[in-house]
This record gives sequence, structure tokens and C-alpha cells, in this order.
Amino acid sequence: MSTRLATGGRLLNTAKPLNFTFNGKQLRGYEGDTLASALLANDQMLMGRSFKYHRPRGVVAAGPEEPNALVNLGSEGRFEPNQRVTTTELFDGLEAASQNHWPSLEFDVGAINTHLSRFLPAGFYYKMFMYPRSFWKHVYEPFIRHSAGLGKAPKARDADTYEHFHAFCDVLIVGGGVAGLEAARTAGRSGARVLLLEQTNHFGGRAPVDGGTVDGKPVDKFVEEILAELSEMENVQLRLRTMGAGVYDHGYVLGYEQLTDHVPENAGPRHRLWRIRAGHVITATGAIERPLSFAGNDIPGVMLAGAMRDYLVNFGVSVGDRTVLVTNNDNAYLTAIALKHAGLDVPAILDARVLPQDSELVAQARALGIRILMGHAISAVKGGKRVTGIAICSQAGEGAVLEEIACDAVAMSGGWSPVVHLWSHCGGKLRWDSKRACFSPDVDNPPKGADGVGFVTTAGAASGMFPLDDVLHDAHAAADGVMTTLGFKLPRDISPPNAARREEAPMAPVWMMPHGAGAKLREKTWLDYQNDVKVSDVRLAAQEGFVSVEHAKRYTTLGMATDQGKLSNINGLATLAGALDAEIPTVGTTTFRPPYHPISMGAIGGGARGATFQPLRRTPMHDWHDANGAIWEPVGQWRRTYAYTRGLESTHDAVMREVKNVRENLGLLDASTLGKIIVKGPDAGRFLDMLYTNMMSTLKPGKCRYGLMCNENGFLIDDGVVARIDEDTWLCHTTTGGAESIHAHMEEWLQTEWWDWQVYVANVTEQYAQIAVVGPNARQALERLGGMDVSKETLGFMDWADGTLGGFNCRVYRISFSGELSYEIAVDASHGQALWDALMAVGADLGVMPYGTEALHILRAEKGFIMIGDESDGTVIPQDLGLSWAISKKKDDYLGKRAQARSHMADPERWQLVGLETTDGSTLPDGAYAVGEGTNDNGQRNTVGRVTSTYHSPNLGKGIAMGLVHHGPDRMGEVLSFPGVDGKVYEARIVDPVFYDKDGEKQNV
Amino acid sequence: MLTIHCPCCGVTAEETEFHAHGEAHLKRFGPGSSEDEFEGYLFMRKNPKGVHFERWRHQYGCGKWFHVARCTMTLEVFGSYSAQTTEPPQEIMDIIHDRRPDTAAGPAR
Repeated sequence: MSTRLATGGRLLNTAKPLNFTFNGKQLRGYEGDTLASALLANDQMLMGRSFKYHRPRGVVAAGPEEPNALVNLGSEGRFEPNQRVTTTELFDGLEAASQNHWPSLEFDVGAINTHLSRFLPAGFYYKMFMYPRSFWKHVYEPFIRHSAGLGKAPKARDADTYEHFHAFCDVLIVGGGVAGLEAARTAGRSGARVLLLEQTNHFGGRAPVDGGTVDGKPVDKFVEEILAELSEMENVQLRLRTMGAGVYDHGYVLGYEQLTDHVPENAGPRHRLWRIRAGHVITATGAIERPLSFAGNDIPGVMLAGAMRDYLVNFGVSVGDRTVLVTNNDNAYLTAIALKHAGLDVPAILDARVLPQDSELVAQARALGIRILMGHAISAVKGGKRVTGIAICSQAGEGAVLEEIACDAVAMSGGWSPVVHLWSHCGGKLRWDSKRACFSPDVDNPPKGADGVGFVTTAGAASGMFPLDDVLHDAHAAADGVMTTLGFKLPRDISPPNAARREEAPMAPVWMMPHGAGAKLREKTWLDYQNDVKVSDVRLAAQEGFVSVEHAKRYTTLGMATDQGKLSNINGLATLAGALDAEIPTVGTTTFRPPYHPISMGAIGGGARGATFQPLRRTPMHDWHDANGAIWEPVGQWRRTYAYTRGLESTHDAVMREVKNVRENLGLLDASTLGKIIVKGPDAGRFLDMLYTNMMSTLKPGKCRYGLMCNENGFLIDDGVVARIDEDTWLCHTTTGGAESIHAHMEEWLQTEWWDWQVYVANVTEQYAQIAVVGPNARQALERLGGMDVSKETLGFMDWADGTLGGFNCRVYRISFSGELSYEIAVDASHGQALWDALMAVGADLGVMPYGTEALHILRAEKGFIMIGDESDGTVIPQDLGLSWAISKKKDDYLGKRAQARSHMADPERWQLVGLETTDGSTLPDGAYAVGEGTNDNGQRNTVGRVTSTYHSPNLGKGIAMGLVHHGPDRMGEVLSFPGVDGKVYEARIVDPVFYDKDGEKQNV
Repeated sequence: MLTIHCPCCGVTAEETEFHAHGEAHLKRFGPGSSEDEFEGYLFMRKNPKGVHFERWRHQYGCGKWFHVARCTMTLEVFGSYSAQTTEPPQEIMDIIHDRRPDTAAGPAR
């Protein structure tokens, strides 16, 4: 059993016990524990079930590389799935629950899959669930979804807050182990701004666990001293619980700080995303131990040797009473020695190597009385939910059992892999180090910055340096080199600390144990614990032709789980290389992508959530609308009123009332959001002639003209009324959504093509409030306000004039988007609400009502006016919309003219705008297609047109629509069929798109 | 995320403050141009692995357009320069020749 020892635990504060629950069971740990160490201390080795076969799984590592022990943490607004017990700090009241089992962790029905594993090899889903096709949606997918998956998705809204933090430094050091600390000290001495990030809650890394002496002092003491020295340096900042998550272009690094995960009662944000720009990045990210591939290597109780040492030394936890060590290197002997010193039994060490003579650590283990079997291996691990013993074989053979040993834990070590993720994120290359059997950074090919120079340097174990002395020297040299490159001066008399050296025998790469393991053993030998990928699966992938490592990865899902293959990648690609009879470096690695370890979505979002997600634009009359029943409609970042509801009135009824009232009495529309762009200068007319399809230079001051804008592809992008203010000034109205983009479009052409033209452009949209006063009573209302002459004679249709109305300085445009008598009145934004109030007051007995955007749409559709975004969609040219009258024939050039001469644009077969009227008065479904004769190559019915706008018109008492129809204008009176998604077929007659007041008499009074 | 220098306002800032708009130094073809000329102007863009000349706009800053010469492979930036030019200035070409001696890179079509 696993238990807490009476002594030991360098990170524990045993004076502070903490209570927590696992699957509802009350358990106890101490301050300083991780959830993993606390569970082990309570003999909870079984922590979860595997993804595919639902195999019982226990913790295998002690850090972020842990693949098995993922739990659901917390509840309600703080519920979070897939949290690693090894990186979760224990706190009082922590609630954890295991994942991926039914009905319980101890008894899981899905575990039947493990007995069916012969029938569930790599690619099983791809091969099995192909046919019949219709089964996928209703049979296969629901079944797979039920049986697969890890944690549950949270249902409640996240109760916590998050933030982003921008930081700048000369040198960023990732990793607070001895290498990172030594690099920080060296860099700090130069006076440069140094920032060091450490992912755990303590500095020193694993060096204090492994022991040794630095400059004659124990490592613990060395770490203390170096921290004291760093705390004196004002230019050096150290952050705990902050992971270097990803390295990006030009020295951009994301850090992920966990602020309150371990103290949930504290106020403030839970996570902080550090957005760092670093002059140089030093990655002192250490190394990760590799598992060995032997049958049953996933049974709870089989653990990495280094992790077992961590639990023993850091947390005073013994994983088992009798531990067998299996290794291919010297380093793992430290675990056996530590266990023995703690008074625990180590019945045997199985060393796959055959050493000519005992190295220092082997001799130490032997001196402690441990039985060492050189050239031996594990043939199979015995046990189900817990290791009960092992069968021994010789490494060179095929697995014939020589002896069985009873034990309750197995410590394994297949050597160490440098953590090269951060080096590789932005393009750093790797080279295969055959001596240490690992990929290490290729220093000649670092990721390069804006200046073309490498901006990442590795230090310590991340460089592939494992003995303590090498680690410290490498870190010192790395920082020294970086500071020199950056142009900082270092004191001359500083030399790196020296650690006592230990003579070590070389490791031997072991990718399969035993070497000649047959199919039976390979089927029980796990590579990727989290995604349940076995040696047999990778070999099958190779056999089926997935010879590229990237293909084999996706076919088998090796390394695709939330741990991204931190433990499995090297073993997996070595297995693939073996199956292909290729060298490991020629097989290569898969791509390392950020983040190094999963980070919360909350941290990525930061403060951009809810009301602060994006800015909200409000017109000057926004609050009035809100207080008067506005139903809001988002239009870009603006909020516009869709309709004003009264009492219990439905939105539809409100829209119908508003439309009728505009035609019969008087309506007010808040048109402030429409874009207003001033174009001014000696070349302004010439410029507008290029931008609009029609002629704007000939417009007289005091007059307005409706204009169309196209892009160079010839497609319609915006429309609006242009007013000529004076000799060299025009004011261009754009659509609400187009104000910024059209302004940018103008700037683009002025700055990048016609930069010698003297034109100045200003977007003054927000400087004015604009109110459309519309309806038969419009003139009367303005006359009641008084001040300027708004008669037909003085201010005719398409005229504008400056003046005063009711004391307001204003500009009045006699333009109409409804076909009614209409004035658009622009005033300073700050006067918008007062003018609105004045109009509501004088209009009270004239039947005034505000109207919203939906009424605006219906009114314009009744008149056959197009709407950008409805009738146009980026593929429509003005000629399709019957707007050829607005395209100048006199101009040599305008944006889009050449494109509109291309054969497809001039094609008479293009669909053309028409009006559509249902035969029974109903309303056509929006976006419906008209079907024609015959079918296309896919057996679908041919289409001959589509609906672009459709409404119920209360003035006409029937459904009206506009649409684009093949040869439409030539087919007046013809009835088309529009099948709806509701299963009904709508019949509509092709008519003129102007449904109301065809002669335009109402607007011209 | 790149860092970009705006030659108009002098700010060096994060890429998110800017917007890239594709190949620089295009020659506009309007009415009267041949189908091939117009097709080349409208659609044909270079996508080199290596030295590239691009149009950028300081979208969330001064709003000005400018050009950037950079390497699409290593993300190295050779320099920013005015958009009011039909070809890269000599000092930019000198930097490129200096750092990529074996590349005969230029914006020539």
C-alpha cells in the first residue's frame, strides 16, 4: 500500500493538516502536498480510468507530464475537468472526483473493452464505422460519445475572473530549478531586467531531491543562498506558479500564472496571462523521465523512478512497501537507494544493461544489500488495480519467465528527455543525441527574431546536460553568452559554481522490454497512457503504411491527448523507427506546439468577457430609446432600435404599427449611426469620381446625389447619399456598418495609389446626431419648430441647407429612404436628444411615433430600394440590381469599371433584381431558392433565383419580397416555386420591385 | 506575434496593432488593360518562401499605410518604408543584399 512515512517530506508543513474529498470520501493531507501526494498518502493509488479501454490507472509521474491521474475539480461555477493531480496544490476543502468510468471508479462496465482490445486496434473507428452511412449519426456516434471522453464539460458560468498582464524584460528565464536560478544570477549581475518564471510553488527543481553538493554545500543550501542573492537584485523578478506556456515570434512569450487555485478563498483574478516581450529567452525547463515499454507497464503502482523519489523526498510518501526498480541508466539507482534509506524494501533492481564493472551508484546500491540483476528485464507485471508482482526475464530474450517476485510497486526509468518544447515552438531545430538517446536543441538552428538572430538559448538539463555540475556550468555559460550578445557587461571575476561529480556508467537505449517481446507482450505494453496507445498499435500503423511520424501519430492518436505525449513521444517514435527498420533521427519528431501544458480558456479571454468583451457604441439618443420600449439590434458595435414596443404589444405588432404610422402620419428615426465622411481638397471631386460609379464632381453645392461604391472586383460594397457642401468639400453618407471600412478604403487609395492627389478625408460619424423626420406631416412638424424655410420651393427633393430649427443649428437634407416626404436633420451630437425631444413635442398631435430598423427595412422594400448586405453579398454588381442608371457612362475610369467589363460580369445570364409577390399573400422565407427545370450533376434541382429581402407589408396587406432571378426583368408575371425549409412550397409571381407609390409622388410634395 | 515598426509615426508595436494587406508594389490596371494584365493585377500574388515586400497599415495607431520587407520563412524583418513609392528604397535593398547575399530578391514581377 502507499502511505505517509513518519519522517521526511521537505515541502510539507505537517503543522497544518488539510481536509479534502475524493469521490465524496473525506481524506486528509498537509499544507505543501499536491493532490497526488495527498491521495497516495491515503493509499488511493487508483485515480482514474483510461480513455479507450477503461483500464484502472494510477499516478505515474509527479509533474505536468502526468498522463493518467486527471480529475474533475470543484463544483458549480468552479467546476473544472481534466485537472492533473500532480500539479494541483492541496487546499482545505478541495473536492475532486475521478473521471471516465461508469458506474464507479472501482467497478467500471467499460473495462470490458480491455478484453476486447484485440478487436479495437489503431484505426478501429476509421475501419469499422464506415458503413452503412446512415448508421453514423444515430448508432455509431452516440455509442462512441458515450464510451469515450475524459472529464465532463462544465455547465455553470465560470465564477472567477481572469486578467492579462503585459511585461517587458531583457532576459526571460523559464524554469526556477538550479539551472534557471544560476542563469538568473549571472544575467542579474549585468544589471539587465531579468524575469524568471517557475511553474511550481517552489524553487530548486529536482536537484534537492537528487542531492549532491555545490561548492561543498548541500544543494538545498545552495538554492537558499542563490535565492537570497537574487532577492537583493532589484532588476530581477521571480514568479512562482507561473508557467512559460509558449514561445512565439520575435521574443513574444506567454506566461500562465495561477494566482488563487491553491487559495480559492482569496479575492482577485484566478489566472493571469503574462504577455511578455523578451530581448532573449533562456529555457531552463529541465528534463522528463521516460517510461520503459514492458507488458503491464500501466498497472497502478508502476511509476517513474524519479517521481517515486519526488514523493518520498518532497512529501514523505511511500508508494509501496516492496518496490522493484527497472532501469537502463544509473540515475534511477538514486530511487532504490533513497527507498532503502527510508527503511523500505527493494527486493531487486533489474538493469537492462550489462556493465563491465559497477559504477558509483551501482556499487552504493549493492553495498546497501540490494539484489541487482544485470541484463534483466520485466516480462510482465502482475496485478489488476494494483501491482502484485513481476515476472523477470532476460532483456536479450523473448520474455521467458525466469522468476517471479512479489512487490506492490515498480519504479521504472528509460532515461531522460530534455524539455525542448519551448525551444521548438518558434522553429528551433533538434538533433539526436545518440549517447544520451534523446533529442536535444541544435544550437546552430535556434528560433530567430526580428533581427535574424536566435532569441532562445537553453540551459541545464534542457540542453541535454544531466549531471549537476554540467547543468550549472551550462546555465552559467548560457546566461553569460546571452548577456554578451545583448551588449550587457558582466563582472569579470565571476565563475560558475562547481558541483561534486559522480562517475556514471552510460545509459543504454531500451525501446522494448524484453528486446524480442512477441505480439502477446506488445499488446499489453503501453506507450501513450492517456490515449491508450500500445506498442502493437504503432507497429500496426507502420505495417499499414503510416510511415511518416505525423501520420502514425494521427492514425494511432499517440501523443494527441491533453499531455501532448510528454511521456510517450520518444518511445513512440523509437517504436515506429524499429518497426520501419529506420534510424530514430530519420523518423524525426512531431511538431511541438504551444501551450506546453494546458492553460485555462478563462486566462486566454482575460478581462474580455460580458460587457467588456467589446466596446458598445451608443447614439446620443440611446437612453431615450431604452426608456421607450426599444428592442435592441446589434449592428456592428452599435446598438440600434429594432422596434419600440408599447406595453404588452409584440415586436411584430410594433413594427406593423410603426410602418403604417410613417405612411399615414409622422415617424422619427435615429439615423445617427449612418456613416458621415468629409472629403475635402482641390482633388476631392476627381477622387470621388474614382470611388463612386456615378459622377460626383458635377454635383452642385446645395445638392445631394445617391451614389454606389464598388471595389476593384466590380462588386457593390456600399451606397449612400453624397452632399456637396462647397466648391472643394463633399459629405459622403455610408451605411452604418460601412463607416469605418469605407473611410479606410478611401485612405488606402489616397495613401497607396493617388498619394499626390490633394484630398483630405475625415470620418465625422460620431460628431453628429441625425434624425430622419418622415411622413406626410414631416414638413408641418419642422415648420412648428420654425427657423428655416423647409418648403418644397426652397428645399426641394435632394436639396440640403444649413439653418436653424427650434433654435438648433442644423443641416437639413431633403432625402428619403422610405418614399415619404422626409427630412434628415443633422445637429451636433450633444444636441441630439434635445432635438429629438423637441420633435416629439411638436409632433404630439401630428401622430408622431419613433420607428426602428425593421420598419425602415419594410418601408424601403415597399419602394424597391436595395439594402447593402441584403440585395448585395459581395458577389453582386450594380448592374444586377437594375442600378445601371447610377453608373456613369462618361467616366474613363472608376474603381470596378474594368472588372465590370469582364466576360462573366457582362454576361446576360446573371440573375437580376425583381420584385416577388406570393400568390396567396403569405410571406416568402428569407433566402429561399426558386427551383427550375431539371437537376444538376449532384441530382439536386436546378435553381433559377433566390430571395434577398422578404417582409409582410402592412400597407399593402401582403407579403412582398425582392430577389435575384435568372432573366428576371424579362419574366414579369411568371410564377416561381420556392421550396421552404419548412417543407412547404411557396408560389410567387415576378413583379416590379417598386410596390408602393411607383411614381414617387409622396416624397416629392 | 511579430513586432512591426511604423515609419509614419515612429512606433514599434505588436502585430495586433497593425494589419497586413498582402503584396506591395502592385501596378494598377484599369479600363483599357488586357485580360491578362487585369488578371495579374487583381488576382496573381507572389507567395515567396523568403524575402517578401508587403503592404501594412497601422490600423489601431496612426492609421497610415506603409511597406515592410521581411522574410516569410524566418520572420526576420529587414525594414519598414513609405507606401508612397513604386519600389523599395536603396537602403532597404542594401540590408537585404547584406543579410541574404545569395538571394536576388526584389519586388520585380
